[in-house]
Amino acid sequence: MANSIKIRAKLKGDTTQVKCLMTHPMETGLRKDSKTGKMIPAHFISEVMATSGGKTIMTAYWSGGISKNPYLSFDFKGAAKGDEVTIAWKDNQGGSDSETAKIS
Amino acid sequence: MTMNTKRRVFLKGSLAAGTVGVAVGAGLLTPQAVIAAWDEKAFAAKSVDEALNAAMGMASNTASDAIKIKAPDIAENGAVVPVSVSTDMAGVESIALLAEGNATPLVATFELGEGAVPDVSTRIKMGKTADVIAVVKAGGKLHSARKSVKVTIGGCGG
Repeated sequence: MANSIKIRAKLKGDTTQVKCLMTHPMETGLRKDSKTGKMIPAHFISEVMATSGGKTIMTAYWSGGISKNPYLSFDFKGAAKGDEVTIAWKDNQGGSDSETAKIS
Repeated sequence: MTMNTKRRVFLKGSLAAGTVGVAVGAGLLTPQAVIAAWDEKAFAAKSVDEALNAAMGMASNTASDAIKIKAPDIAENGAVVPVSVSTDMAGVESIALLAEGNATPLVATFELGEGAVPDVSTRIKMGKTADVIAVVKAGGKLHSARKSVKVTIGGCGG
């Protein structure tokens, strides 16, 4: 699951706005496969961690109630242009991915 | 003798491989620890109060004008409802996002760290027309705001 995350980090004044898109099916486990009639097992991102400069900015815990291919945006202070922001996710089936972007 | 040396080398090699195997095994254990941090009780809760009790440690909350929820009045597709939550409250520790009409109302919790501004946006699924509830934990208390979203096509079915 390489490159499942796209990040845009932009500095506006003293606030950095981070927008990211992740590629993930986000199955709730409550949906039926229309072809086989079987339940599709739950498969969703359960944890997203955002770090910058060795500090954790935000940890998000999600359920399958987040839409497919999740979008997340948040703001934080204390970073400068050129600093790096890392987004890492883990899902309920043990999958994970992370991506780092420079603040522009 | 040469045979023996080779045998030694081979043994060493397999031993090393064994260690790597153990390391990978240990690596595989980490997601378990993550699931422990991810609060299953909160996310499996069937009611808003139950979810808040598990996720935020309490359910009692006061409505606050300081919390702003940005969500459409009418969502054509319940599978993708853009929601933004922001507040100008100071000392925000965490934000919980709930969709009251969903089978399991708790959609997400956001734990804010150092420097984070309480302003998050994401897209959620909504099973039916209901209120989107944002609960902000600040100064050890819960503050909430809600906004009704009309869903024309539910996002939780097939």
